[in-house]
Amino acid sequence: MSRNNTGISKGIDPLMIWLYLLLVGVGILAIFAATYREGDPVISSFFSFKTDYSKQFFFFVLAAIIGTFILLTDSKFFTATANIWYAVGIFLLLLVFPFHSNVKGTESIIRFGGFQFQPAEFCKVSVCLALSKYLSRPDTDFTKGRSQLIATGIALLPAILSILQKETGLALVYFSFFLVMYREGLSPMVLVIGFTIAVLVVATIVMEPNTLAIILTVIAGLVLFLMRRQIKRRKSVAISIIFLWLICVSIQRFAVPFIFKHVLQKHQVERIFSLFGKDNPYSNLPADVANASAKKEGVNDYNVKQSKIAIGSGGFLGKGLLSGTQTRYDFVPEQRTDFIFCTIGEGFGFVGTTVLLSIYLILLFRIIILAERQRSVFSRCYAYGVAAVFFFHICINVCMTIGLAPVIGIPLPFISYGGTALLTFTILLFILIRLDADRQMVLR
Amino acid sequence: MSVFNQSRSYIIRLIFVAVFIVIIAQLANLQLVSGKYQQLAQENAVFPKVIYPPRGIVFDRNNKAIVNNTLAFDLMVTPAEVKNVDTSYMCQLLEIDTAQFRQRIINAIFRNGRYRPSAFEDLLSPEKYARLQENIWRFGSGFFLQERPVRTYPFNAGAHFMGYIGEVDSGIIARSHGFYRQGDFVGRSGLEGYYEKVLMGQRGIQYLIKDNKNRLVGNYENGELDTAATAGRGLRTYVDIDIQQLAEKLMSNKVGAVVAIEPKTGGIIAMVSGPNFSPDILTGYNFKKTYSKFVLDVSRPLLNRAIKGQYPPGSTFKPLGALVALDEGLITSSYGYPCGGRYYACGHGKPACTHSNAGHAANLRLAIANSCNSYFAHVYRMAADNPKYANVKDGYEKWKEYMNAFGLGIRLGIDLPSEDRGNIPDTSDYNKEYRNVWNSCTNLTLGIGQDKMTATPLQLANAMCIIANKGYYYIPHFVKAIDNETKKDTLLNRYRQRHNVLTGISDADYEVVSLGMQDVVERGTAVSARIPGINICAKTGTAQNFRIIRRKRIELNENSMFVCFAPRENPKIAIAVVVENAGFGSTSAGPIASLLLEKYLNDTLRAESVKKIEELANKDLMPSILKVEQHIADSMRAVEWFRITKDSSYIRKYTKPGSPAKKDSSTPKDQRIVKAQVEALQPKDFFSFSKKRVTTNE
Repeated sequence: MSRNNTGISKGIDPLMIWLYLLLVGVGILAIFAATYREGDPVISSFFSFKTDYSKQFFFFVLAAIIGTFILLTDSKFFTATANIWYAVGIFLLLLVFPFHSNVKGTESIIRFGGFQFQPAEFCKVSVCLALSKYLSRPDTDFTKGRSQLIATGIALLPAILSILQKETGLALVYFSFFLVMYREGLSPMVLVIGFTIAVLVVATIVMEPNTLAIILTVIAGLVLFLMRRQIKRRKSVAISIIFLWLICVSIQRFAVPFIFKHVLQKHQVERIFSLFGKDNPYSNLPADVANASAKKEGVNDYNVKQSKIAIGSGGFLGKGLLSGTQTRYDFVPEQRTDFIFCTIGEGFGFVGTTVLLSIYLILLFRIIILAERQRSVFSRCYAYGVAAVFFFHICINVCMTIGLAPVIGIPLPFISYGGTALLTFTILLFILIRLDADRQMVLR
Repeated sequence: MSVFNQSRSYIIRLIFVAVFIVIIAQLANLQLVSGKYQQLAQENAVFPKVIYPPRGIVFDRNNKAIVNNTLAFDLMVTPAEVKNVDTSYMCQLLEIDTAQFRQRIINAIFRNGRYRPSAFEDLLSPEKYARLQENIWRFGSGFFLQERPVRTYPFNAGAHFMGYIGEVDSGIIARSHGFYRQGDFVGRSGLEGYYEKVLMGQRGIQYLIKDNKNRLVGNYENGELDTAATAGRGLRTYVDIDIQQLAEKLMSNKVGAVVAIEPKTGGIIAMVSGPNFSPDILTGYNFKKTYSKFVLDVSRPLLNRAIKGQYPPGSTFKPLGALVALDEGLITSSYGYPCGGRYYACGHGKPACTHSNAGHAANLRLAIANSCNSYFAHVYRMAADNPKYANVKDGYEKWKEYMNAFGLGIRLGIDLPSEDRGNIPDTSDYNKEYRNVWNSCTNLTLGIGQDKMTATPLQLANAMCIIANKGYYYIPHFVKAIDNETKKDTLLNRYRQRHNVLTGISDADYEVVSLGMQDVVERGTAVSARIPGINICAKTGTAQNFRIIRRKRIELNENSMFVCFAPRENPKIAIAVVVENAGFGSTSAGPIASLLLEKYLNDTLRAESVKKIEELANKDLMPSILKVEQHIADSMRAVEWFRITKDSSYIRKYTKPGSPAKKDSSTPKDQRIVKAQVEALQPKDFFSFSKKRVTTNE
């Protein structure tokens, strides 16, 4: 046991701890700035837990305690209980269906006593663990398609359940686990195909359907021309190219409109379209009404517009933490949670945002460095999982605030206000630290 | 496996870096490159509030405030921010219905767009303001109360020359090259209008911060960028508010004007126009109601007859005619004329004279005292036929020059807008009318203040000043000084220049004219104006008055004119009084002038004078023809209304009595009868502004 203890203190990566504390500190500061009103008594309200920043501090303390417990636990605990956690997570997700309470229009939260609890958040941890467990099994050959499918299934099952609970944003997080699978041997083609489809969807939204069809045809023709020698050798190449072309066009013509009309919810469609500055052609309104409402400032647009104003008005150095007019006067909705980045943007300007992003980048790189020095596959996969989740959150959240991504309810790790989020991320990170402390071991 | 996948680790790191670079690029775009976000943030959060300064105060000669300031409140609305408003409660507070509520919002959008505030209801009554102030928080950010300065009149006098304030219209905004903005108030007439730049002061701006609900939460940059409002500067006038009030009281229920000037400075002591009204009814929330009523009133209460009423001077002109002849050297004060009751020198025996006894015009003094028509007709002819000039046309031209020098036939340049210049016909007018064949006998009656000559009461008073001053005048004006006057205030420069008009008349001759006018009071037509202990010089006049109604020339009761100055030795005040439709000059105009003189010079009134005030004030001399004219005007309007809108509710009043007035639409027969009656009166019959030889009153 004492060997474990010394092992722990030797093995724990101090940089990680420091980064964690730094980010949480920034978070509390930002929430303070976002909710501070002139004349509020700072110290007394801090300890009375009425204000958001004091609540965040309280959550931090709670998370730190749990984190410490994690650090004191044996690593084997995690490998052993990974699947159990996964099962618990899925069970809780299923529990939401009958027992959910309607909070803010979502159907994914269970109310229990005075607490709110969103199982989908917790599943991030459990999926990370379970996926790593699966990928680290000696009899898993990831080059085989079957394993890949099972891994995908593990990763995406909570996603599907979340979509059914109308939490599309949260569901999208699970797609980031593809990154882990890529690291473990998934063909890069998957990523390329995913990327291409994304580009195609964007192109469908932005361009006229006919224009796009023509462009696709031209590209197909060009490819046929360029590969004519190979076609002469094997006819099947031509067939596959034509087949690809067919798929692209059908996606553009049928799949995308279908998804927009029937699968996605109206406000999500709105958000996606407003991201590109285009009117929504799928709203079931007659043309003139749609035009009129398009001219109005839509609610979906408002968040992003205000957020961009807030960030943009920060300039190079920012206005000072407490002097941001947009922050102080509540122009940006949801500023404590999803749009917390605006506070940094307005308060500290370009310098501040770049510094914050650098801190995040250092964090991500550190996680990857830790991942690469692991001996056990489990730890490595888990680390990549953590990196993927963090990356997804940071990227989408910041892009949301600057107008590069549609508005999804994704918090910024360690900074957004929210006990559940803070807890989840802390647990994710600390399990990693714990596993890293035992990097010399090969875990089963 | 982990070996060959090392490269993938680098790829993943690359993906991370690439995405972050894209994000930073966009941040750079938002924060560094594009400046519009700064501005948008400003617009979001900063609300520039216009601070209106208190308007300058106008004081009388004893530094009493004729007009003062108070605050009124408007309810403003920003249509785009009207959300979730309890409209029924607001309608209750404002005492309107929901349809009007909607209509007002639409009007506001039409006037100023959805995102700028417009007046939802202006000039709230104190009760409404109190109710709204308690409840304004209920109605969200779309509504707010704005205060506005409004004038009050402590002495309730001076409506005509003070003028009124109104909101700027697009014409004024355009002409001011953006200086005035929507919602500003400017003086629209009178002294408020003439001295607008002085009285207005300077707007200030206060930058306030508003939160996302448009509530004002504090000062922007601690008020460092605010500019303070500069209060308007006050005006010190020559007006004596006691005299003004007395004159207004005496002129109640009369049509006409009173102008009192201080000869040595040209300062106007009082100016009244009848019919008069209380200045309060054109301020604040009374304005709309009253203004439309006044415009439709045929007695035209808004017309300032003191500077716009055109009256033939009649006998009050005579001293001036004499002065011309004296200045030219054509007569001396001992010149006499043998008038036997008529003037025969032109052959037709016109004009007739009121006296026929011998010697009543033996010299200038007597001629003035007895107001001999022949004498002054002849004096005019002497001036027109002056041998110094080749023909009568040149002689008349010279005579006209004198008139213009006296301020007749030209605008004097008083510090009020829209002064009229009266009428001294040009030579070309007579040439046109008489086809170049005329002589001094043709327009002989000019000598006795008739023919085409008209003058405003202001001009008559000014002429008195010339006589009182013995040959000079200052342009009549109200304002003695502007508070904190600087070199840049050039408005008053022209009033400080002395105009010498008659240089060739000796003091002795002036004395004769004054004594003649004093005799008018002591022994002549103006004895009713006598005040013991004061030497008053006066001249009465009685001018004929015609109107054409229903194609008939109706002779109305004459206009009563009275001009005077006192005391003779050292004139301190000159007054001109015109009362329309009042008969002889001495009956109405004279006593009014006399009472004003007494009050001004003695400061107190005798007991009998006080009684006379009540008598005169209660005398109703409103021309009865006005009732007919009003009836005609109203019925014409009703017919027009019916013709355009097919709404017969107004016509019904004018249907012939005795014909069945049905509850539903009048029978066509009734309408035809009324229509026929009214149509029989041609429109041009009612408002005949013809320049023919009928004297018309405006």
